[in-house]
Amino acid sequence: MVDVTNGGRPDQAASTAPAIELKGISKAFGPVQANKDIAIRVMPGTIHGIIGENGAGKSTLMSILYGFYKADAGEVFIHGRKTEIPDSQAAISAGIGMVFQHFKLVENFSVLENVILGAEDGPLLRPSLAKARGVLKQLAAEYELNVDPDALIQNLSVGHQQRVEILKSLYRQADILILDEPTGVLTPAEADHLFRILDNLRREGKTIILITHKLREIMEITDTVSVMRRGEMTATVKTAETDPAELAELMVGRKVLLRVDKTHATPGKNVLEVRDLRVKDDKGIVRLKGVDLDVHAGEIVGIAGVSGNGQSELLEVLGGYADGTGQISLNGQSLDLTGKHSDGQSRRARGIAHVPEDRQREGLIMNYFAWENAAFGYHRDPKYQSGLLMNHRAMIEDTERKIEKFDVRPPNAHLTAKNFSGGNQQKIVVAREIERDPDLLLVGQPTRGVDIGAIEFIHQQIVALRDQGKAVLLVSVELDEILSLSDRIVVMFDGEIMGYGPAETADQVGLGCLMAGLGGADTEAMQGWTISDAASAEPVDPSKSLIEAVDEKLHQKEAREARKNG
Amino acid sequence: MDLMTVLQVLDSTVRLATPLLLACLAGLFSERAGIFDIGLEGKMLAAAFFSAAVASLTGSVWLGLSAGIGASLVLSGIHGLASITFRGNQLISGVAINFLAAGMTVLIAEDWFSQGGRTPSLFGGGRFEGITLPFAEALRGVPVIGPIYYELISGHSILVYVGFLTVPLTWWILFRTRFGLRLRAVGENPAAVDTAGVSVVGLRFAAVAICGVLCGIAGAYLATGLQAGFVKDMTAGRGFIALAALIFAKWRPWYALYSCLLFGLLQAVALRYQSIEVGGLVIPVQFMDALPYILTVVILAGFVGKAIPPRAGGEPYVKER
Amino acid sequence: MDRMPGWADAILVPLISLLLAAFLSALVIIGIGESPVAAFKLMVDGALMRSAGWGYTLYYATNFIFTGLAVAVAFHARMFNIGGEGQAMIGGLGVALVCLYIPWPHWSLALLGSAVGASLFGAAWALIPAYLQAKRGSHIVITTIMFNFIAAALLNYVLVNVLRPVGAMDPATAKFPDATHLPTFQDMFSTAADPMFRGAPANVTFFLAVIACVLVWLLIWRTRLGYEIRALGHSEPAARYAGISPVRTVVIAMLISGGLAGLMSVNTTQGEAERLILNSIEGAGFIGIAVALMGRNHPLGVFLAAILFGFLYQGGAELALWTTIPRELIVVIQALVILFTGALDNMVRMPLERIFLSFRRRKS
Repeated sequence: MVDVTNGGRPDQAASTAPAIELKGISKAFGPVQANKDIAIRVMPGTIHGIIGENGAGKSTLMSILYGFYKADAGEVFIHGRKTEIPDSQAAISAGIGMVFQHFKLVENFSVLENVILGAEDGPLLRPSLAKARGVLKQLAAEYELNVDPDALIQNLSVGHQQRVEILKSLYRQADILILDEPTGVLTPAEADHLFRILDNLRREGKTIILITHKLREIMEITDTVSVMRRGEMTATVKTAETDPAELAELMVGRKVLLRVDKTHATPGKNVLEVRDLRVKDDKGIVRLKGVDLDVHAGEIVGIAGVSGNGQSELLEVLGGYADGTGQISLNGQSLDLTGKHSDGQSRRARGIAHVPEDRQREGLIMNYFAWENAAFGYHRDPKYQSGLLMNHRAMIEDTERKIEKFDVRPPNAHLTAKNFSGGNQQKIVVAREIERDPDLLLVGQPTRGVDIGAIEFIHQQIVALRDQGKAVLLVSVELDEILSLSDRIVVMFDGEIMGYGPAETADQVGLGCLMAGLGGADTEAMQGWTISDAASAEPVDPSKSLIEAVDEKLHQKEAREARKNG
Repeated sequence: MDLMTVLQVLDSTVRLATPLLLACLAGLFSERAGIFDIGLEGKMLAAAFFSAAVASLTGSVWLGLSAGIGASLVLSGIHGLASITFRGNQLISGVAINFLAAGMTVLIAEDWFSQGGRTPSLFGGGRFEGITLPFAEALRGVPVIGPIYYELISGHSILVYVGFLTVPLTWWILFRTRFGLRLRAVGENPAAVDTAGVSVVGLRFAAVAICGVLCGIAGAYLATGLQAGFVKDMTAGRGFIALAALIFAKWRPWYALYSCLLFGLLQAVALRYQSIEVGGLVIPVQFMDALPYILTVVILAGFVGKAIPPRAGGEPYVKER
Repeated sequence: MDRMPGWADAILVPLISLLLAAFLSALVIIGIGESPVAAFKLMVDGALMRSAGWGYTLYYATNFIFTGLAVAVAFHARMFNIGGEGQAMIGGLGVALVCLYIPWPHWSLALLGSAVGASLFGAAWALIPAYLQAKRGSHIVITTIMFNFIAAALLNYVLVNVLRPVGAMDPATAKFPDATHLPTFQDMFSTAADPMFRGAPANVTFFLAVIACVLVWLLIWRTRLGYEIRALGHSEPAARYAGISPVRTVVIAMLISGGLAGLMSVNTTQGEAERLILNSIEGAGFIGIAVALMGRNHPLGVFLAAILFGFLYQGGAELALWTTIPRELIVVIQALVILFTGALDNMVRMPLERIFLSFRRRKS
C-alpha cells in the first residue's frame, strides 16, 4: 500500500523534493540481470529521458515503477516519501500513469469505456460515463488531446489510441507520466503533436519520463537524460549540456559508425517489377492500393513508412503468404499472386529469399534446434532428404558451416533457437536466406531487437549481397536504417506510394511529410525525387500548420477504415 | 395438433430448457471473463448428485440446493486453480472436471446409498414442487389466454422462474454495472484491466464462482425439480448442449434464452414423438437428438453469421511489458 | 534459457503428477472405507500376476495406444482432438461393413481390410472438424465434441434401423463371419500343456498398435510431414512464412489422428466382440487424452501410459468384482491424471524449475 496520506499529491513544502527518486533498484529474471543497482532522480515539472539500446533494461525499470514487476532490491520515493508499489493500483494511487509501448486498450470498447475502466465512480456505469464525458472534453481543450469519446478503439489510428492511453492516465489524475517508446508507431508529424502535448503537460507541472532509443527525441524535448546500458545506469546529464554523439557513445560503450560503409551502387537489369499491386486483408480493408515498384540487380531499395501502411503486406505478397491482385514479375517472368503457386515454397524456388519482419513469430521456430531452423522454408530441398525420411546429418553439417561463416554464438547447432540472443537468432535467419544465393532478397526490420555489433555485421552482409549484383528490397521503420542502407528510397502511406528517389538527396523532413501522405515544399526540394499525385492530391490549406494537415489526413484514413469495419 | 398438445410440448420445452439456460448463462459468465469452460456438464452432474443426496438425507430440498451449489463451486475452484492460478490449459481442465464428477458421483452414491449409483427417490419436501401463480385457477376457463397462463406459465418450480429471471439480470450486470464492464474487459484484454489497477485473478475467480453457482442451480433442478432423485450420468450431455447454445447465442444473454428454448423444444419433441413425418419424409428421433449439435457446427462454421468468442478466451494471462 | 534438463521434463514431471494422482486416489479409497494397499495389491494380482490378467491389460492398452497416438499427433499440430470417441465409433462402422460385406479368405487379409476401413471411416469423421478449423477457424474442441454426439446418434440410427438383423432386439450388427476372427493371444501363445491368456480378449491387433507407435515416431520426428506438422504446431505465422500450408497440414494431421482413433475399433469390434455393438468404445477415446498427456505426446510415452491405463482398467474391474469399490474409481484416477499432467502441469513444474535453477546457481 501507499504510505502517503495526501494521495501522493505534492504539497507546497514537498515540491522541491524530486517527483521520483529510485535508489539501488535491482531485478533479475532467472539468470539475466535486467536492472543492477539503479539510482535516478526526476524533478517535478520536467521531462526526463531514459535512453538505451533494446534490452538495456529501460522497460523493466519502468515496469517496476508501475508495480508490474517487484524489484529484488531497492527503494522508491515519490515526492520525497518512501513508497511501496506492489501493484498497478498502488502506482495509480501514487499518481503514476503509464503509456505502454503496446497499448492496453479493450479493442471493442468505446473510448469512454476504456477511460473509466478501473476508475469508475460507483457500481453503476451511467454516472461514471457521464462524468468522464465532461472530463474528457475539458482535457481535450487543455492539452490538444482530441478523440471522439464514442468511437470504438478498433476504429482509431494508433496515434489516437495513444491519446486514449494518455487520457486514461490524466483521468486518474496522474501527475507523473511514463511513456515507453511512444513514437515507434507514429509518423514524424504525429510524434511532433505528441511532443506538443507533452510540452503542455510539463507546463501544467506534470512530470514526464520518456523512454526511447532515439537520440533525436531526447535532444528535442527532454530536460535531463539518463543513459542505460546492460541493466546499469551509466550516466545522467542535463540535455542542454550534451550532444547526440556523446549520448550514443554512452549508450553503446564505444564510437558508433552511424553510416554504413558502402560504395556507390551500380544497378543492372530490372529484377523485380511490381505493377498495380492490390491487397485486401481478411477484414476487407484495402491494404495496398495499386503499388508500382522496381528493384534492379545490384541495388538496395528501402521502403520508408510508419508501420501499418502496407509495407508488411507488400513483403507478405512477395514472400508468398498473402494473396493479391496485379502483376509481379521476377527477371521478366510473372509470379502467381493467388492459388497453388503463390506460396512461400514457390517463391523460394524462383529465387526470392526473405528475412521476415518478426523473426520470433515468423522467421524461426523458437523450439526447434538451430539445425532444424537453418533449413526452415528450404526443408523440402532434396539435399535434406534421404528416401522417405529427412537427412538430419546433412542438415546439421550444413548448419555448422553457416554458424562458422556468420559467427553465430554460441557455435552449437544443437541448441534451440530460444537459447540464442536476438542478434544471433537474426544471424541464423540471415545466414539461411543469404546462403541460398537468391536473385532477390526481401528484408524486413533486419535489426529490430539486435545488438549493435550484430547490426553492423548484418548490414555488411546485405551490402555484400548487393555488391554481388543481387536485388534487395528493404523494409524498416527506422528511418536511420533506411537512409544509411538504401540506394533508392520509396515512401509508403496508407497502402500507396507517396514518392521515390535517390537516397543521397532525401532529407528527414521531406520523408516525414511523405510518410504522412503529404506533398508540399519540403518534398519538392528533394532533387531527383518523383512525388506521386496521391501525396499532393488534397492540397494543404496554407493557413493550417503542417501538423494540423497531417492530423486531418490521418483522420480521413481512420474514418475510411471505421466505415469498412462497419 | 390442438392447442392442448401444443401447450404440453411448450410446457415441457420450458422445463427442459431451464437446466440448459442456467448452465448456458453459467458458461456465459465464465467465457465472457476469458475462461473457457467445457466442464459445465461435470459441475451440473456433481450438483445434481449432491442436491439429491442431501435432500434425501435431510428431507430438505433447500439444503439439497445449497449442497449442490457447494459441490459445483468446489469444481469451479479446481477449474480456477488450474486455469487462473496455474495458467493451465482450460480445455484440459474442463475435461478432467467432467470425468472427476462422473467418477466421484457414482463412487460416493455407492458408498452412501448402495443403490447402483443412484440416490433414493425424493418426495415431499425433498423436491421442488410446481408453484401455482396467482389467478391461474381463476383464469383457467378464459379461452386461449387461460390455458396458456395455467398450463405454460404457471405451475413450474421456483427454479424455472429463477432461470428465466437470470436472463435480464445477466444482461443488466454485464452491460450496466461496473462489475460487468470489468468482466467483459478481462475477457477481451486482461492487460487493460491489470494496468488499470484491477485484479485480473480476482475478476476471473469471481466469474468462475458465478458460473459455479448457476451450474449448481442447474444440476439441482435436474435432480430435485425435473426428476425425483439422482441417477448415474443423469446430465446426459446437457452441459454440452448448453455450451452449444452459448456459441449459438454468440455469448449474449437474450440470445442464450432463445437458443436454449430452441434446443429445449427439440428435446421436448424428441421425447414426445419417436419419429416425425414432415411431408412424407420421416425424421428419425436420432436426428432430433443430434440437431442441436449439428446446428452448432453450422453456426461455428460461420455459414450463418459468425460466432466470435471473447478475444482473450482460453488464454491464461501472463504479465507482459 | 531452458530452465530444466530434458530428462526432468520428460520423466520427472509426469512421474510426480502420477504420484499426486495416486495419492489422491488412495485418499478416495480410504474415504469409502477400503484399504488402498489391499486395493492396489488386488489390482496388481488381477491385472499383472496371471497371463489372463495381462491378456486383459494388453487388450485395453491396445485401445489406449491408438487413441493416445491419435491425440498426440493432433497435439503436435496444436489441435486438441477431443473427438477420438466419435472417430472410433465411426471407425467401428467401417470395420463392420468391411467384415460383413466382403468375403475374406483369411484373417490376415481381413485385418488389413478392416484396418483400412476403420482408419478411413475414422479419418472421414475428423475431416469436417479439421476442415472447419483450418479454413473457417471454428474451434476444433467444440466441433469435435459436437461430432462425438452426432456420431453417437448416427451409430444408433444405423444399428437400430439399418444393420440390425431381422428379428434381433439388440441394436447391434450380425456376428461377423468366422474367417474374420483374429487370433487372440490364447490362440497364439497357448500350448496344450501350458494354456496362456485363457479367455482374455488381447489379440493380434496389439502388434498393429506397436507398429503404429513406431510409424508415428518416424512420421513426427523423421519425415518432412512431421517437421511441417510440428512447425505449424509451434507457430502458424512461421509455417505460413515457410510455405507450409496451414489448411493442408491441419487437415492431414487431423486425418491421421482420426484414422488412428478409428483403428482402435479393429481391436474392440473385430478382435473382441466380433460384431458392432452400440457401446464398444466405452470412453477409450477420452482416455487417449490422459494417455497422450502422460506420455508427453511421444509414442514411447504413449505406449507406456497406455499399458498403465490398461492395468488400471483391468485392475479396476477386479476391484469391482471383489470389493465394494465400483469401476468408476478408474474414471476418477483418469480425471486426476488429466488434471495433474494436463491442467495443473505448472503446479508441478514451477517448483521443480525453481529447484533446478537454484542447483545451477550453486554450481556456477
